[in-house]
Amino acid sequence: MDAKAYQQTVEQLAPKRPVLRNCLAAFLTGGIICGIGQIISFIFMYFFPFTERTSSNPTVATMVFIAMVLTGLGIYKKIGQFGGAGSAVPVTGFGNAVISAAIEHKSEGFILGVGGNMFKLAGSVIVYGVFSAFVVALIKTILVQVGVINW
Amino acid sequence: MKNARTYQFASKPSIVSTAVAVGPLEKQSPFLPHFDLVYDDERFGQETNEKGHAYLIEETCKLAIMKGGFQTTDIDLLLAGDLVNQITPTNFAARELATPFMGMFSACATSISTLITASFFLESNLMERVLFGSASQHNSVEKQFRYPIEYGAQKPPTGQWTVTGGGFGILSHFQRDKPYVHSATIGKVVDCELKDPLDMGSAMAPAAFDTIQYHLSQNKGTSYDFVMTGDLGKNGSALLQELIRTSGVSSYLVDQYRDAGAEFYGNNDKFLSGASGAGCSATVYFGPIYAELLKKQWKKILFVATGALLSPLSFQQGESIPCIAHAVELSMD
Repeated sequence: MDAKAYQQTVEQLAPKRPVLRNCLAAFLTGGIICGIGQIISFIFMYFFPFTERTSSNPTVATMVFIAMVLTGLGIYKKIGQFGGAGSAVPVTGFGNAVISAAIEHKSEGFILGVGGNMFKLAGSVIVYGVFSAFVVALIKTILVQVGVINW
Repeated sequence: MKNARTYQFASKPSIVSTAVAVGPLEKQSPFLPHFDLVYDDERFGQETNEKGHAYLIEETCKLAIMKGGFQTTDIDLLLAGDLVNQITPTNFAARELATPFMGMFSACATSISTLITASFFLESNLMERVLFGSASQHNSVEKQFRYPIEYGAQKPPTGQWTVTGGGFGILSHFQRDKPYVHSATIGKVVDCELKDPLDMGSAMAPAAFDTIQYHLSQNKGTSYDFVMTGDLGKNGSALLQELIRTSGVSSYLVDQYRDAGAEFYGNNDKFLSGASGAGCSATVYFGPIYAELLKKQWKKILFVATGALLSPLSFQQGESIPCIAHAVELSMD
């Protein structure tokens, strides 16, 4: 059988992904998650001694915590199937990736199972997140030294 | 007698008893009335998914033995497999059953590759009763091949749902009132260079087509009640029918074409393209279809179980998905 010809048939007959619906669902889901994050951020600013700048850390921690609870209850994967990138891109998606791997590998014990596999999905986010932050910081430092911009 | 890939079994080895067990989600299947055991716990009361998987195999095998009126000591050989690494659930179940055992792996085509092998052992007359079949358990198979169960990744419409279930049968010498293996075609590995592990149906359809075409060419003039593939899903079935339509293989076949995976969960969109897994074809073939054969509702059926021979490693290394399909022609006089 001709592989190339068959691949064309596959493309022709493939069920179309509902792109518009997926985009809307992602927009809504992501928007709602970020909206909740903003409310939590305001709470930290109004009721606790945080500024707009310092409130981001406890907000992220709270959002990740909520994502972890939802993952444990089996709700986050349903949100994921509906929202796609809308629930994967915000920090809650990161929390989901960590806790789902931890739950999955609990049967292999806390060291080799949970500890060894917790970051198997989220690990690359950390690696490339830290690396790109380093590169951006380097560029900014150089620009400040040269005198193009200020801190 | 010998013609490369298709073999006729003159001794007509018969499937004398079968048993099928499934998990809780499979209650949604239209085939539910034909499942012998339906569990409410996807882990079957065991500590881990893998232990639950082994328990499912063990219990289904025991039931198949019991339904046939046999003892475990009457079984000459257990031929079985699953999808987990090194087929440990099957190995562990075989430890409990303590019958002579050989593990087999043909991915989701194991239900039929074990039946074909069993037919050869029976035909050789060296064995009396061979227990064959395969199983899958959703959580442990997903853990093996894809993401963690609770990970919120969006599945595309071509995605399939791994069945929690096992189907086993006992093949013995010819019995008048039981369906027998008329002939079988051993599959060749077909690879159309598809790489999407969330679209196995498309990858497997050419393998199914290749085996069906060959089997029909060796059994000219036979009319079948229907041909049933294992787990191509709705998408893969559509592709297979397109291949059959454009190739000029007898067109009567197309009307009588079914797929266990596409039918397994009915028309529920939640399961996307349908069911898959080594337990998908096994539960449908040896449950509902076997029951209808027993009732002489149907006389001649071609089972074509398909398997995607990939691993998570081969996929990550950018390899394509090689696939296989094995066929068995069951008859009822």
